[in-house]
Amino acid sequence: MSDLAVAAREPQFTTAREPRLTKARAPRFTGALALSGRGLRISRRQIDVLLTSLMLPVMLMLVFVYMFGNAINTGTKYVTYVVPGVLLLCAAVGSATTAVAVSTDMTGGIVDRFRAMDIAAAPVLAGHVVANVARNLVSTVLVLGVALAIGFRPHAGVVAWLGALGVLVLFLAAVSWLCAAYGLLTKSPEAANSCMFVLMFATYASSALVPVRTMPGWLRGFAANQPATLVIETLRGLLLDTPTGSAPWRAVLWCAGILVVSVALCGALFRRRTS
Amino acid sequence: MAEQPAIEAAGLEKSYGKTAVLGGVDLSVSRGSLFALLGPNGAGKTTTVRILATLLRADAGQARVAGFDVLRQRRQVRQRISLTGQFAAIDGLQTGEENLRMMARLSGLPRREARRRAAELLERFDLGAAASRRAETYSGGMRRRLDLAAGLVGQPEVIFLDEPTTGLDPRSRQQMWEVIAGLLRAGVTIFLTTQYLLEADELAGQIAVIDGGRKIAEGTPARLKQELAGERLDLEFASADAFGLTARLLGERAVLTDQARLTIGVPTDGSSAHVRAVLDELDPARTAVARFSVHAPTLDDVFLALTGHGAAAARSAQPAKEIAHV
Repeated sequence: MSDLAVAAREPQFTTAREPRLTKARAPRFTGALALSGRGLRISRRQIDVLLTSLMLPVMLMLVFVYMFGNAINTGTKYVTYVVPGVLLLCAAVGSATTAVAVSTDMTGGIVDRFRAMDIAAAPVLAGHVVANVARNLVSTVLVLGVALAIGFRPHAGVVAWLGALGVLVLFLAAVSWLCAAYGLLTKSPEAANSCMFVLMFATYASSALVPVRTMPGWLRGFAANQPATLVIETLRGLLLDTPTGSAPWRAVLWCAGILVVSVALCGALFRRRTS
Repeated sequence: MAEQPAIEAAGLEKSYGKTAVLGGVDLSVSRGSLFALLGPNGAGKTTTVRILATLLRADAGQARVAGFDVLRQRRQVRQRISLTGQFAAIDGLQTGEENLRMMARLSGLPRREARRRAAELLERFDLGAAASRRAETYSGGMRRRLDLAAGLVGQPEVIFLDEPTTGLDPRSRQQMWEVIAGLLRAGVTIFLTTQYLLEADELAGQIAVIDGGRKIAEGTPARLKQELAGERLDLEFASADAFGLTARLLGERAVLTDQARLTIGVPTDGSSAHVRAVLDELDPARTAVARFSVHAPTLDDVFLALTGHGAAAARSAQPAKEIAHV
């Protein structure tokens, strides 16, 4: 049996005050890997989830570009303006699935089984997070493909593309952990589903679909400085080769903050749910 | 018995707010045996299992499982147990094989070993043909078997089964019993909760009856039945006249009077001498009694005798158990 004591010290969710393990079950990384495989297999087989996370973003983009776009003046072609916003919108909407998946685990018997096997909460939740990030990257590629077909013309080099990808993955990870916490907080999968609305409206109040300057004054302060806007402006800047100002590092800071707080929150909520 | 018991608990207490769920439960289960915790819904069975399986902290009392303290040596305990709860711990969207392979990986087996172990368990639990089907397509009995198999990948010493057959049809229940009996033969210790009295009778070497968070009786199935509910001699009469006459004659001595079946039951010790004496007394002409049977007490009788309120939940599944026919 390999040792786990020296494995990377990620947040440990089992209650402390027990002697350090002498012999382990699966090394934590292997556990997280096996559970990510689980998350991926399950989400690949949930037709409704696939439709939500793959079709909805594309449909949303088409609706905005062809139905609303002509009425919105953004200073550029609307498709050029809206694609980064749609990427973020679909990340937010898709991540709500994580809340439902986590809630389903908590209300069924599997978490008890895992705990009795001495598997901590971290790899269980990480499995859902990894599955969600992967699922969303697929839908990102899909959205970008359709976007290119309908006239989106990015001006980005390899470095800019990689930067955009990095920011997007960081945002996805942060939102996924946030959704996992939401799933732990709610009592049933049905209730956890409301996560989607919260995230969707939070994203609407950003520069995703319309410029912040067109919004009412009381909303502008929030909309201009909230993380979704900062991530979107970072993506716009990187993909279209326009100035980004302080958006990138503020976006990264926000995402890192959300990530850390959410992971800690997950730990506390998991302990509360299982004691 | 010099050997340390597989499970020992003393004074386990647990309350939720003002509701006491467990009020001081003591248990001892010897290695390699099957212990049944028997009680109606809400008696505290699941709470006991969750405490012993390290998932729940007792308010008071101590417990050791597989030689380790459930609180202070939780990790060591977890490495030696498995829990199959009331809610299936399998993913409907994964196939039987994927479910088991994942559990094997989580138990620390390398990839190839995990594959081999999954195949072996599927075969052993008669799921080989359904291995590559999603678990959501399985019947109730198959799901339970897969769930049980998933708990065995880590080769536990002590297995907790929380109501393993609740909701199963009689055939699936029988299959499950065979699987559990097989595990016992393989030498593991099994702690099982059930509300089916027949199930405890069938499987367990030792039974504890629990009600309202307290242990109200403990012993082997035979001893419990013997001590708490005696045997009954049922006499079926040839005519309504003979039935009526005898019923009047016996009065209070009859513990059962069934007009429809023309049957009267009296207490007996089950010996042929006593049966012969009763027959001679009540039917000297040897024409009135057509048939007789000795009714062995079921655990249901035991439960009724102990609690006074019966086991409503369990009654429906209780076929009367009759032995010693003429």
